[in-house]
Formats: sequence, C-alpha cells, structure tokens
Amino acid sequence: MFDGLSAEVLARFQFAFTISFHIIFPAFSIGLASYLAVLNALWLRTRNETYKQLFEYWKKIFAVAFAMGVVSGIVVSYQFGTNWAVFSDKAGPVVGPLMAYEVLSAFFLEAGFLGIMLFGRERVGDRLHMLATAVVAFGTLLSATWILSVNSWMQTPAGYGINDVGQFVPEDWWAIVFNPSFPYRLVHMVLAAYLTTALVVGAVGALHLLRDRFDLPSRKMFSMAMAMAMWMLIVVTPLQILAGDFHGLNTLEHQPAKVMAMEGHYDSHPDGAPLILFGIPNAADKRIDYAVQIPKLSSLILKHDLNAPLAGLETIPDEDEPPVAIVFWSFRVMIAPGFAMLGLGGWALIQRMRGRLYQTQWLHRAALMMGPAGFVAVLAGWITTEVGRQPFTVYGLLRTSDSLSPVAAPAVAASLTAFIIVYFFVFGAGTYYLLRMMNAPVKKSAAKALREEGPIRTAGGPLAAGNRKHLKEAEDAGA
Amino acid sequence: MLGLDLSFIWAGIIAFAVLTYVILDGFDLGIGLLFPLTDDEEERSVMMNSVAPVWDGNETWLVLGGGGLFAVFPLAYAVVMSALYMPITLMLLGLVFRGVAFEYRWRTVRWKRLWDMAFFGGSLTAALCQGIALGALVQGIEIADRAYAGGWWDWLTPFSLLCGMALVLGYAMLGATWLNLKLTGRIQAHMRSLAWPAAIGTVVCMGIVSLWTPFLDAVYFARWFAWPTVAFSVIVPALVAAAGLFFGLRKRQEMRPFLCAQALFVLGFIGIGISFYPYIVPPSLTIVEAAAPDESLWFALVGTVVLVPMILIYTAYSYWVFCGKINPSDGYH
Ligand code: HDD
Ligand code: HEM
Ligand code: HEM
Repeated sequence: MFDGLSAEVLARFQFAFTISFHIIFPAFSIGLASYLAVLNALWLRTRNETYKQLFEYWKKIFAVAFAMGVVSGIVVSYQFGTNWAVFSDKAGPVVGPLMAYEVLSAFFLEAGFLGIMLFGRERVGDRLHMLATAVVAFGTLLSATWILSVNSWMQTPAGYGINDVGQFVPEDWWAIVFNPSFPYRLVHMVLAAYLTTALVVGAVGALHLLRDRFDLPSRKMFSMAMAMAMWMLIVVTPLQILAGDFHGLNTLEHQPAKVMAMEGHYDSHPDGAPLILFGIPNAADKRIDYAVQIPKLSSLILKHDLNAPLAGLETIPDEDEPPVAIVFWSFRVMIAPGFAMLGLGGWALIQRMRGRLYQTQWLHRAALMMGPAGFVAVLAGWITTEVGRQPFTVYGLLRTSDSLSPVAAPAVAASLTAFIIVYFFVFGAGTYYLLRMMNAPVKKSAAKALREEGPIRTAGGPLAAGNRKHLKEAEDAGA
Repeated sequence: MLGLDLSFIWAGIIAFAVLTYVILDGFDLGIGLLFPLTDDEEERSVMMNSVAPVWDGNETWLVLGGGGLFAVFPLAYAVVMSALYMPITLMLLGLVFRGVAFEYRWRTVRWKRLWDMAFFGGSLTAALCQGIALGALVQGIEIADRAYAGGWWDWLTPFSLLCGMALVLGYAMLGATWLNLKLTGRIQAHMRSLAWPAAIGTVVCMGIVSLWTPFLDAVYFARWFAWPTVAFSVIVPALVAAAGLFFGLRKRQEMRPFLCAQALFVLGFIGIGISFYPYIVPPSLTIVEAAAPDESLWFALVGTVVLVPMILIYTAYSYWVFCGKINPSDGYH
C-alpha cells in the first residue's frame, strides 16, 4: 500500500494520523466536561429538572467520547518511542518529565473520578458527585496545560542545555514550562475546545428544535442547550480571534518562517506587505498564483503599521523552509470557520434581543450546519502549527529527519495500515453511536433505555428501577 | 553519589508503576479473557460492570509506566519501544478495541456480539503482547550506538511466546478470582470453576519460565544459583501463595484466592527484578547508563513523591465507593 515511501515519511504520516484522530476527542471532551460541571452545579442550585436532564443526556455522550479520547491518547503516548526513538532519547530529559506530570496530575485525576461521575451519584450523594464532576473537568484542563507546554517547548525551546551525548538537558524548569509560545497556545486551544463543544451542543439543540415543535420536554431542554451554546459563541469567538491574533504576533517573533508560509509571503516586502486572502501556492516558482490580496494589510496586522517591512521566505534557506502550500491552506481553513462562528454568534444575539432565538428556523439550520466547524478549525489549526514547524521536531535544533526510530519502512507501513483500518472502523463506529445518541430526543431515549439494555447511564447493569424513575422525571418535566 | 541514588530510586518507582499496572489492569484484562466462556448476556453484563468504573484508572498506570520511562530513562524508552515495535503496536491496538467496547456494547443491539468479541480479542492481544514484550526484554535486547541494533523478529522466540501464554493464563486467573469476589450465585460458581484451570496453567507456566530464565544468560544463572537465599525467598513464598490459592478456591472463600493470586504476580515480578538488577535493558544497558540528567530526575521526583500517595488515596476511595457485591438484579446505581 505504501511502496516506495521512506520510513521517515511513513512515520510522519503515522504520527500525524494518530494524533489528528486523538485531538478530535479532547477538543470535544474538554469543553463538554466543563459544560457538565456547570449543568450539574446549576441543577444543584436551582433544582430545575431540565438541567439534570441535560446533564444525563450529555453525560452518556461524554462517556463515549472520553473513552475514544483515552484509547487514542494511549497510542500517541507510546508512539514517541516506537516511531521517534532518537527524538525520545534526546528530548526525553526535557519533555518527558512534563508528560510524567501530565499523567500524575491530570490523567489519574480524570480517570479516578470519572467512575464516580458516571456511576456514583447514588452512592456518594450529590455533593461528592458534584466534586467528582468538577474534578474531571479540572483534570481535562490540567492535561491540556501540560501537553501544550510540551508542544510549545518543541516550537519555542527555552531553558535547556545540550550535553555531550547530544541530549537536551533541562537548566531552568520555569523557562521550559513557561516557554515563549505556551501561554498563547494554551489560551487559544482551551478556547478552541470550548467553542467546539458549544457548536456541537448548539447544533444538537437546533436539530431538535427544528424537528419537533410539539415535543415539549425536548423543546424545553434543547432550548436551554441552544441558549447556553449561543451565549458561549457570542462571548468566546471574539476572544478567540483576539487570542489568535496575539498568537500570530508571538509566532512572528519566534518562528518567522511559519508566519511567512501562513501568509504566503515568498518575497520580502520592504514597504508594506499585502494580506493574501486566497491564491494557489506555486512551490516550483516560489510565488502565489492568482492571489487575491489587500495591499499593506498584512503589515498592519502583524506590525500595526501599514508600511512596515516584512521579510519573505526568500530569506530562509530552502532546507529550513516548511511546506508552504499545506500551511497556507490549513491556516485559511482555520480562519474561515472562525469568522463564520462570529457571524453565527452575532446573528443569535440579534434574534435573542428580538425574542426570537427559539423560533428562527434559518438560524437553527445555520447552527446545525456549523456543528462540525470547531473540529475543522481545531484540526486545521494544529496542522498549521505542526507542519509550520517543519523540517524540525525541536524548532531550529533537531531535524525531523534526525528524530526517527531505526525502524525499517515495511514495519512502519504495516503498522500504519493497521492503524488506518482500525481507526476508521473503531472511531467510525463510535462517531456513529455519538451521532445516534445526539439524534435521540429526550423522551424517546429515556423510554428506549427502559425497554432495551437498561442503563440510561453508560456501561451499567440492568437498572429497571433507576430507569423507571428517570422516565418518570422526563415525563414530569413535560407535563 | 547522589545521582546514583536517584536513578535507583527511579528504577524502583517505575517498577512500582508497572507492578501496580499488572495488579490492577491484570484482573480487568482477565475479565475480557473470560468473556467468551459464557454465553449468557446477564453474566457478561455483570462481569463488565464489575470493572466499568475503575478500568480507566487501572490503565493509567500503563501510561505512567511508559511516560515515566520516557521521562527518567529516555534511552531505555527509545531502545525498548523500537525493539518491541510490533508487540507494542499490537498491544496498543488491542487496548483500543477493548477500551471502546466498555461503552460501545451498550450503544447497539445489532452489533453487541461484535463488541463482545472486540472486548475479548482486544484483551487477549494486549495480554499476549505484554507477556511477549516482557519475555523479549528478559531475553535481552541488542544495543549499539544508543540505538536498537537487533533484527525485526528478535522478539519472537519460544521463550517470549511462553511468557505471553503465562501472562494470558495469569490474567485469566486474576479475572476469575476477582469475579469470584464480586459476584454471587450461579455466575460466581461458574467463575470459581474457571479459576481452577487458569491457576493451574499459571503455576505451571511460571515454573517453566523460572527454570528456563537462568539458562538464557550467564548473569541470570550466576545470580540464581549463587544466591540460594534469594531463590528461597521468592520460590518458597510463591509455593505458599499457590497453596493458599487452591485451598481458598476449594473452601469457596472469596478474598483469599484473589489475594493469593495477586501475591503470585508480585512474587513473579520480584523474581524478574532479581534477574534484571542492575540492568534496565539487559544485557547492555544499566540503570545508571540509561538515566536522564539529574535535573530531570529531581524535577520529576518532587511531583511523584507528592502526587503518587494522593493518587493511591483517591484510587482506594473509588474502589471503596464501588466495593461489595455486584447485584445483577438492582445494579449499583
Ligand atoms: C489540548 C489538549 C490535548 C492535547 C494537545 C493532547 N491531549 Fe491527550 N488527552 C487530553 C487532552 C489533550 C484529555 C482531555 O485529557 C484526554 C482526551 C479525552 C480524554 O479522554 O482525556 C486525553 C487523553 C490522553 C491519554 C489517555 C489518558 C488516560 O489514560 O486517561 C493519553 C495517554 C494522552 N492523551 C496522551 C497524549 C499525547 C502523547 C499527546 C500529544 C502528543 C496528547 N495526548 C495531546
Ligand atoms: C493534539 C494536537 C496535535 C495535532 C493535531 C498535531 C498534528 C501533527 C501533524 C499534522 C504532524 C505532522 C507534521 C508533518 O509531518 O508534516 C505532527 C507531527 C509531530 N507532532 Fe504534532 N500535533 C499535535 C500535538 C502535538 C503535541 C502535543 C506534541 C508533543 C508532545 C506533538 C509532537 C509532534 C511530533 C514529535 C511530530 C513528529 C515529527 C513530525 O512529523 O513533524 N504534536 N503533529
Ligand atoms: C479567526 C481568527 C483566528 C486566528 C487569527 C488564529 C490564529 C492562529 C495562529 C496564528 C495559529 C498558529 C500558531 C503557531 O503555531 O505558532 C493558530 C493555531 C491554532 N488555532 Fe487558530 N486562529 C483563529 C481562529 C481559530 C478557531 C476559531 C479555532 C478553533 C475553534 C482555532 C484553533 C486553533 C488550534 C487548535 C491551533 C493549534 C494550536 C496552537 O498552536 O495554538 N483557531 N491559530
């Protein structure tokens, strides 16, 4: 299947493939964990049953997404060694301890309290259950913090020395953890996760509002979901765009070649660089064909001065240049949904002020369409970041071609093939189940659970009593 | 001097993480192994439910074992992972299947059988590959120039296959004794009857592995035969544990068989530790050689000393929350 490709290309593809699958789940479960904590807190405070129903509804979905996040994450954590042995040996002393902290402080916390959150409400009582839910949410954020510190260190290394066997040696842990791009990346990624979740919650709310105008319990519940999601969009999207802007300025300072590739600036512009909106990167001739551009705007954005000079890729040696086309495109694929989210949030705000948030069908259709937009932007953002770092794994210091395990191409090809088949099958099935769960209206899902396998919660035993109670609650809420 | 101590402390911590992993995830992998031995839907549900709230925490010890190795023995991590590329990759794929089965099998009626098979197949692959990986490590890994220097099929030998089989049987034994502890009635009796063959198989395999190991390497040989006290301190307790296990099963006790089965694992693990010392990747890489610089060891140690006790406390708490028998008729919600 992969004849003629080098072990390096295959290993890169394999890593890109497995981690891209992985990030889809955290992007959703980080936001959803916080959302669940908020819902549970609101329920405890107001005793409004609709919050509890929303909690139970999203909890099952969370359990499935979380399981997919866990298994795909374990794969990635071992792939550093299997595919990037030289990287592991050299960078291990610096990034390894950070990842160990992630395991110790975040993964155990998530895993340890997840069981109580999912299965334990009746066993531990509402208060401890609330605590467990909050701890899981906190754990997901903590895990994002550590792993983004690791990734940021690879982008903008700091606080290290190099010893006589060529390993990076930590010299200043504070500088390593809080390396120059870390704060920007953390903020940008956490906001991205919240947006992604808000879009999914909003889309599911919109779907049910569109579908059945007379199913009252569903309407009540999904109106609430829709409202919460739209508020999230209205508040967070502008912050995200702002954060992205700061992130870009920081990248310009530390990884100028990446920004040149994002902007499509092959040539230097001594007196004000244009903002290229679209165009087709032409790697052979080193220019952007059919460019649609706004003069001097790029200098304004990046330097806050219309006439500021900006260097282009011609100033970078060819062997240090990232693949321009991928970075150029993926950057735009991130930005476009970003502005669409802004538009959706703005529209929802207007309809809300006019008191028509729950009636405007076109708004609901738009929200439904935008459901997957967060995932698209997150993946595109990561591709921009990671491909833009090429050809280095540790920026400027360790080349990707020098990071490889001594594994022969056929072995990598075989494992890659296995990952592709297994991932599409397993995560395809999981995605299907998730969509089906999101498609189910409240009343039906409660009734069906009673008839079928039992648990309204995940992975539970036959629980007739609990379910009957639950069904009754759903009906009470509708009555 | 201090550096020397640090790397040994770390070797101990990693060994502790791996042992904890085996003790905890062993029985939940074992439940996957026992899955096809019953056709009864209700039995399967209760079996899975007995570990549903804790399996994720159990598996996290594997991440700590790998992540910890990466952090403090990066060279060992790099060499071992590339040498065991295939079994590790297969193990990961197995864990994917069995991990998702915990959720998926409740989300479908039509495909429930499929995810049941995935739960079994994934557990089997993971257990087998872990045993093979262990066997391959004991057998020795060739290193030249800070990189793996052996061939692609070096890990596959009769010895490593035997270790794989031993671990599969051992996990099945742990799973069966766990279910004997957590279940009641007919299902419990069924699991107790399954514990017998699994335990006998485990003891036999452990015996063969123990007899074989000293002949793999002169160092092991010297260690085991020049140090009769050590051999004594492991082998005699192992015999006692095995006797306790069979006695307990016979008397239909619940806690004792489980604890004795775990004790067998701990002793086997100590036995391997005795063979290994002072290597981390026999026969070429010692603990000291593989250790990361002191700055890394210190930094990671601070967190470990603070966090591991906390982890143990809340892990114990979550086991305590879900302790007691699983009652199939009312669940434990
Ligand atoms: C921005 C956040 C983020 C990013 C960039 C990554 N992860 Fe992740 N990871 C999480 C956020 C997360 C999480 C939110 O904590 C997860 C996802 C869903 C979940 O179940 O926990 C998780 C799960 C998870 C697990 C399973 C944890 C368990 O056993 O409970 C492992 C081993 C990893 N990840 C490892 C990695 C590695 C090696 C990464 C990079 C190369 C990585 N993750 C990128
Ligand atoms: C979770 C979000 C992430 C995504 C979606 C992502 C995406 C990618 C992609 C697409 C590549 C391939 C680039 C190429 O080969 O041209 C890559 C490579 C790589 N990334 Fe990431 N990455 C993520 C996070 C991380 C983190 C947190 C780390 C470090 C801990 C990391 C380390 C690496 C390494 C070592 C490579 C391999 C070298 C290479 O192929 O460039 N990545 N990643
Ligand atoms: C519309 C305005 C946006 C701007 C100006 C912007 C800017 C940027 C820049 C410059 C990077 C690359 C940073 C680097 O590698 O050095 C980046 C990465 C990224 N973006 Fe955006 N972004 C925007 C919107 C979004 C949206 C809406 C999402 C997701 C919902 C998103 C998710 C990401 C992610 C996940 C990354 C990779 C992680 C990182 O490096 O932070 N971005 N963004």
